[in-house]
Amino acid sequence: MPQAAPPDTGPDTGQPREVIARATGLVKSFKGAAAPALAGVSMTVEAGTITGLVGPDGAGKTTLIRLLAGLLRPDQGEVAILGQRPAMMLDQLGYMPQRFGLYEDLTVRENLDLYAELRALPREEHEETFARLLEFTDLARFQDRLAGNLSGGMKQKLGLACTLVRTPRLMLLDEPGVGVDPISRRELWAMVQHLTAQGIGILWSTAYLDEAEKCDRVYLLNEGSLLFEGPPGDLTGRAEERVIQVSGFEPRRRRFLTRTLDRPDIMDGTIQGRSVRLLLRDGCDVPTAESFAAGDGTQVAPGVPRFEDGFIEILGGGPRGTSALAENYRTIPRDERPAIEAKGLTRNFGAFTAARDMDFAIPQGQIYGLLGPNGAGKSTTFKMLCGLLTPSEGYGAVAGNDLRRSAAEARASLGYMAQKFSLYGELSVAQNLDFFAGAYNLGRADARRAKEAMIEIFDLGDKLDMNSGALPLGFKQRLALACAVMHQPPVLFLDEPTSGVDPVTRRMFWTHINGLVEKGVTVLVTTHFMDEAEYCDDVSLIYRGEQIATGTPDALKAQAGAITGAADPTMEDAFIALIEASDLDRETNGNLAA
Amino acid sequence: MQRLKASIVKEIWSMLRDPKARIVLVVPPLLQLFIFTFATTLDVKNVDVAVLDRSGGTHAAELVQRIAGSPNFRNIVYLRSSQDLRHAIDNQKVIAALVIEEGFDRALDKGRPGRVGLVLDGRRSNAAQIVAGYVSGITAQMDVEAIPQMEGGPQVTHWFNPSLDFIWFTLPALIVIIVAIAGLAITSQTVARERELGTFDQLLVSPLRVHEILIGKMVPPFLVGFGNGTLFLVVAQLVFGVPFTGSYLLFFISLATYLMALIGVGLFVSSLAMTQQQSFLGSFVATTPLMLLSGYASPIANMPEWLQTVTYINPARYFLIIVQGLFLKGMPAADVLQQLWPLMIIALVTLTAAAWLFRSRME
Repeated sequence: MPQAAPPDTGPDTGQPREVIARATGLVKSFKGAAAPALAGVSMTVEAGTITGLVGPDGAGKTTLIRLLAGLLRPDQGEVAILGQRPAMMLDQLGYMPQRFGLYEDLTVRENLDLYAELRALPREEHEETFARLLEFTDLARFQDRLAGNLSGGMKQKLGLACTLVRTPRLMLLDEPGVGVDPISRRELWAMVQHLTAQGIGILWSTAYLDEAEKCDRVYLLNEGSLLFEGPPGDLTGRAEERVIQVSGFEPRRRRFLTRTLDRPDIMDGTIQGRSVRLLLRDGCDVPTAESFAAGDGTQVAPGVPRFEDGFIEILGGGPRGTSALAENYRTIPRDERPAIEAKGLTRNFGAFTAARDMDFAIPQGQIYGLLGPNGAGKSTTFKMLCGLLTPSEGYGAVAGNDLRRSAAEARASLGYMAQKFSLYGELSVAQNLDFFAGAYNLGRADARRAKEAMIEIFDLGDKLDMNSGALPLGFKQRLALACAVMHQPPVLFLDEPTSGVDPVTRRMFWTHINGLVEKGVTVLVTTHFMDEAEYCDDVSLIYRGEQIATGTPDALKAQAGAITGAADPTMEDAFIALIEASDLDRETNGNLAA
Repeated sequence: MQRLKASIVKEIWSMLRDPKARIVLVVPPLLQLFIFTFATTLDVKNVDVAVLDRSGGTHAAELVQRIAGSPNFRNIVYLRSSQDLRHAIDNQKVIAALVIEEGFDRALDKGRPGRVGLVLDGRRSNAAQIVAGYVSGITAQMDVEAIPQMEGGPQVTHWFNPSLDFIWFTLPALIVIIVAIAGLAITSQTVARERELGTFDQLLVSPLRVHEILIGKMVPPFLVGFGNGTLFLVVAQLVFGVPFTGSYLLFFISLATYLMALIGVGLFVSSLAMTQQQSFLGSFVATTPLMLLSGYASPIANMPEWLQTVTYINPARYFLIIVQGLFLKGMPAADVLQQLWPLMIIALVTLTAAAWLFRSRME
């Protein structure tokens, strides 16, 4: 990227800001890895700003942060914290790794005590500091609770507080938003923003592109190389006047998107409620409504570009609309019965009810989304339906097979893709495909045909003998999908299928899913990417073990709009508004009861 | 059948392709072979013995000379009194003391059987027992040579192992121990590894039935155990010259049954563990008593009564008797069967328990 050298000035003042951390030409390789984790990366973190380190999983974010913290030695290049080697500056450095080392068997207060001792905070300052931090993180009410019993968001806040017992000059935060629901994510962001006012330089790494948009300066990493550096607006600006919103078309939105993505002037597209959001190729004119040939009601309006559009544009655009996988898939015979059904599904763990009274019926050929904060019960519900957990009460069926009585038949009719990569990492790509073909009882000829098709569609030909654990993340994703659909099941269960992957791979994934759904496949998906919820026909918002809202994404947004009064809320706004309303409801009811 | 085949093939590949698993497969058995054959020899060498000679005759001197000449003993300590003797044993200066009474020479001269006393250090019971064996071997020899007409003297003959070669005892026992360690280590990893790496859920949502998963998991350790057992059977005979005098068929049937019993234990440990680390510890916890209570490390008859009862549930106990019997004394089928049926019951119990635990911990 031909970018000008970053000036040592902040974005909002004309004054030069002090550079807290500077890395030049960092190269780092790990043994056994084909490509270097970092291939010549330079960056700076300035006082009083939030610098975003953005990129998909495996891009090299953690390696870079560990180099800055002095935990790794670079193969080439240099790191300077306030002009010194990192090891000399440990007192000035606050580092919060992805899993902060909280002692789960100690209370919130004891954890703070411990870190204050470790950081040699003078005794007489303890009380004052703790009071300030507990207030800052809003954890004062929970000081006597064991850290292990805190929610994901509260754990991150406590981790942040522990890093702050002695105010550092530089804070390195490695994906503080992972495993944290959108509400806590917003709170964390607000807290960190507050710190910049004290002149602390902050490096915030994230795979969420919407967080990148809010940073003062962004470094975009992909596969160990910097794709972009500068204010996020610069990247977003590349997509200026190239984003359009098409609505009012007649065909089903998935079919419309598929068709539209095959046009040469369209670079990328996503579904957004009843409309479709498109990114035009550079230099192409805004297409007319008629050119879509999708009925008289079709309207074309300009859209607001996002950081993600810029990322996609740097990576060269999303995939075409037609999915080879779907072309090759059998057409699932129409069936009037719901493909997935849950009636009063409940699961208790001892006295704790993880999921209560889950009720939904998913018609064939639809995508159904389960949304909710971590630990809200969406995974429990999901696991009950794919037979990994036995329901305590209630009825569940997949493709007409009762989960209790014919669990094996139910399992044979579903394809499953787990949250993390969970194929056999030590087996080769070919061996994984062979195993899943056999596990789903494909005959010899069918298995061979299915395997060849998967290799062709997902472009796995030259990777057949590689250990699947050593594949790049995008290919792992493809292989996982290939293994899940080899036996052409009528129902697909996807558990956070795209978490951590780059946006182009995500698009590719959804192109296939959309194609399969057109062939009559039914999909149950959990996701924490709110824009992915837009692909769903219906979503259910799960919170504290219950369904607090169910409906189409647009209906949920409208419901949230009615609560907050905001016009045109995003899916994330809706998520937050509905959860807050549920909390409020709970409190008032609780008060009435008391 | 497709499913079962897929499950078995997958398990075999997982075992062979993971470098860590390959190490577990090859290195421990090799290490154990070396350690057990050369380091933990049960031969007693380089020990000191004391002599309290109250006779002072030529026969007594001859006996002492022979003992001094034995390669097993390092020094002979000459004692003067019973106090000296007590002192020498108490302070572990010697492991055994030979007491030759006044009438020894006279008795031999008159053609009566000579008597010598042997005081042993009971704290080192195993070694002492072996030393006693050596000494009585030497005295018997001498009696036979010097006084051929003597009857009823201390006659010790070592049946089944006439040359008292330690390897003859160790190698058959090694089959029992090494097969156990390898079998347990491999089996105990399987389920725990899938749990830790996150493939367990993927496996459970597939239409594979529980028995297909379990049989798949049993095949690799069975093959490895069978391979190890066969290898040691060959090595024992060809390299170390230990004779195999029994039936090969009975050997392999017993080996298979023994392996099934072990695999049951391994699967049980593996189903219980949440991580590979836990299962490593678990297999260690299972292996140690299995070895110690097999009769290999120390004779079962030397254990306290209650512990002897415990050894009845140890599969290694039965297999050790079978293997040593088949190697050294051509154990007949009826005797093998007597040890084989308890082994079969144990296998049935451990496998059932493992399957039950696996099922109940699927969630």
